Amino acid sequence: MNVLVGIKRVPATAGQITLTPDSQEIDTRYLGFTVSPHEECAVEEAVRLIERHGGSSTVLTLGPEAAVDQLREAMALGIERAMLLETDGREWDPVSTAAAIAEAVHAERAAGRTYDLVMFGNESADSAGYQVGVRVADALDLPCVTGIKALEITDGHAVVRRQTESGWEVADVPLPAVLTVKEGINLPRYPSLPGRLKAKKKEIERSKPQWRDGGLTKVRLKLPVQVGHTVEILGKNGDAGAQVVELLQRLRLL
Amino acid sequence: MLSLEVLTMAERLARDLGRPLEAVAIGPKGVAAAGILSSYGVSTLHMADDPRLAEYAPAAWAHAIAELADEVNPEIIIGTASDRGGEVMAHVAARMALPMAANCTEIAPGDPFTVTRQRWGGSLLEEAHLKGRVKLLTLAPHALPAEASPSRAEVSMRPFAPVLDDRDFRVRLNPQVEADTGKISLAQARVVIGGGRGVGSAEGFASLEELAGLLGGAVGCSRAVTSLGWRPHSDQVGQTGTRIAPDLYIACGISGAIQHMVGCRAAKHILAINTDAAAPIVAQADYAVIGDVQKVLSAVNAEIRRVKAGEPSRSSA
Ligand SMILES: Cc1cc2nc3c(=O)[nH]c(=O)nc-3n(C[C@H](O)[C@H](O)[C@H](O)COP(=O)(O)OP(=O)(O)OC[C@H]3O[C@@H](n4cnc5c(N)ncnc54)[C@H](O)[C@@H]3O)c2cc1C
Ligand SMILES: Nc1ncnc2c1ncn2[C@@H]1O[C@H](COP(=O)(O)O)[C@@H](O)[C@H]1O
Repeated sequence: MNVLVGIKRVPATAGQITLTPDSQEIDTRYLGFTVSPHEECAVEEAVRLIERHGGSSTVLTLGPEAAVDQLREAMALGIERAMLLETDGREWDPVSTAAAIAEAVHAERAAGRTYDLVMFGNESADSAGYQVGVRVADALDLPCVTGIKALEITDGHAVVRRQTESGWEVADVPLPAVLTVKEGINLPRYPSLPGRLKAKKKEIERSKPQWRDGGLTKVRLKLPVQVGHTVEILGKNGDAGAQVVELLQRLRLL
Repeated sequence: MLSLEVLTMAERLARDLGRPLEAVAIGPKGVAAAGILSSYGVSTLHMADDPRLAEYAPAAWAHAIAELADEVNPEIIIGTASDRGGEVMAHVAARMALPMAANCTEIAPGDPFTVTRQRWGGSLLEEAHLKGRVKLLTLAPHALPAEASPSRAEVSMRPFAPVLDDRDFRVRLNPQVEADTGKISLAQARVVIGGGRGVGSAEGFASLEELAGLLGGAVGCSRAVTSLGWRPHSDQVGQTGTRIAPDLYIACGISGAIQHMVGCRAAKHILAINTDAAAPIVAQADYAVIGDVQKVLSAVNAEIRRVKAGEPSRSSA
């Protein structure tokens, strides 16, 4: 089977977010870059599917040249091919992102490469539009299940499960299909050194789609208002026992 | 997918625009909501009439909504940003070929139509302009308090029969109710004891389990811990894990990355236990103990056992 995974390069923010002076972007001068944990799991799931069922896996991103790093990280984990839909750094909204990805899949199809599964994250880490997967499925006229946490392939079908507040939901969908993944579906492996070296030498297939206005335009970013408050230090190490118990009693938890 | 917060927001938008507020119910259960809808100013309840819609089929539900939209020409369609709400609205948007803004917290109709929406699970906000003949939105949870409308409306019930296609039913989700394990769920627990990399190992969680047992709480963890394989992902608190809202969150050996904090910001109180007084979690906590997780927890657990056994606590001894 052939599997395609879509990933998005995002800054690896940690303790706090700082914005650029024009409030258009996160200040990334001191940050590394990564992809959403959901997408890491989609990559891992694709690698496992190919290990189990044979076939080939491809990773795709729409992003700046620097997103090659994220494509190579996916290849270091076992993905075979990578495609960069190169942008000029401008933001693409969900409508235009999905359209460019669907066009890339059409172009692949015209070149004789078809996919049984197209996988995405449930939502991107940064813009979190919760829709690229559904839109790509619609454009390709494929069935789509979002937010899956378990996947089994049998006889041209995907049996998927997803979690709800009261348990699970199950769907049985014919392939080809689009699936969006949530973290927890698997525990991604760490890349091996030989894997990294191999990925470094691999060629990246490139194209340059035209930017277009999809109808949702970022005006500016803002940090949520933080309610200022003070911290009460309840002591150090072993001395804290009694004070913590007092706190628990005060909060009526004990 | 009935959300009182969405009804509250929708009622305000309708009042501002001077337009009627109408609701759509899909599946037989929706009809039961009519009573509530009346106190939120809904004038018409459209009921999709097709037995196949009783089961959850996201594309089919979206088809019904899109067809209704073509008929009634609303200015705005707003849904709740739950798993299902977001999924159905994404299908509606794809089918109607319109943009959609997910997880909005503020909505200002006009030209341009301006929304504030959540990025990064809510640790960053975006002001954005939304286009389209119909504005498609989902409302973030807790964006505003639910508040019934000052005027009750008479809800007129109007069934409609969407023309559905077999292709809309390629995905049907069947519920599998899980046997109740009796375990206190992370999302519902009054006390959550969260462990991070600073706990040191999978075995190190024994002291957190013990404290959770003593307090009737649940154990959670950070992503560093799930990635290390120390705990299952179902324990993870944060942007890509569970959102918790306990009375007290005890964060042990957790640095307080923004993606972790968005998962616990609904906690009423946070107690941080960390060796590093400068860790971001300490600045965001209400209480902190500076020290080694294991040393602090063994003292706390011993003290709780002493109090539970009716012995005088050490502070009063
Ligand atoms: C898109 C995205 C989504 C993410 N989603 C999540 C998510 O859902 N949940 C989540 O948690 N993270 C998430 N992360 C990861 C997040 O950014 C952090 O990497 C992670 O939360 C760090 O975990 P930690 O605090 O356990 O580890 P660290 O950051 O390594 O912190 C360990 C802490 O332990 C303290 N410590 C060390 N030894 C001791 C000791 N003996 N006693 C007491 N304290 C000690 C240290 O001072 C430090 O503060 C996400 C990241 C990205 C990019
Ligand atoms: N620029 C992009 N390039 C490739 N895949 C993307 C891109 N943006 C979003 N996706 C995929 O679509 C999923 C959902 O994105 P979103 O609709 O923005 O929440 C992400 O988890 C990715 O898998």
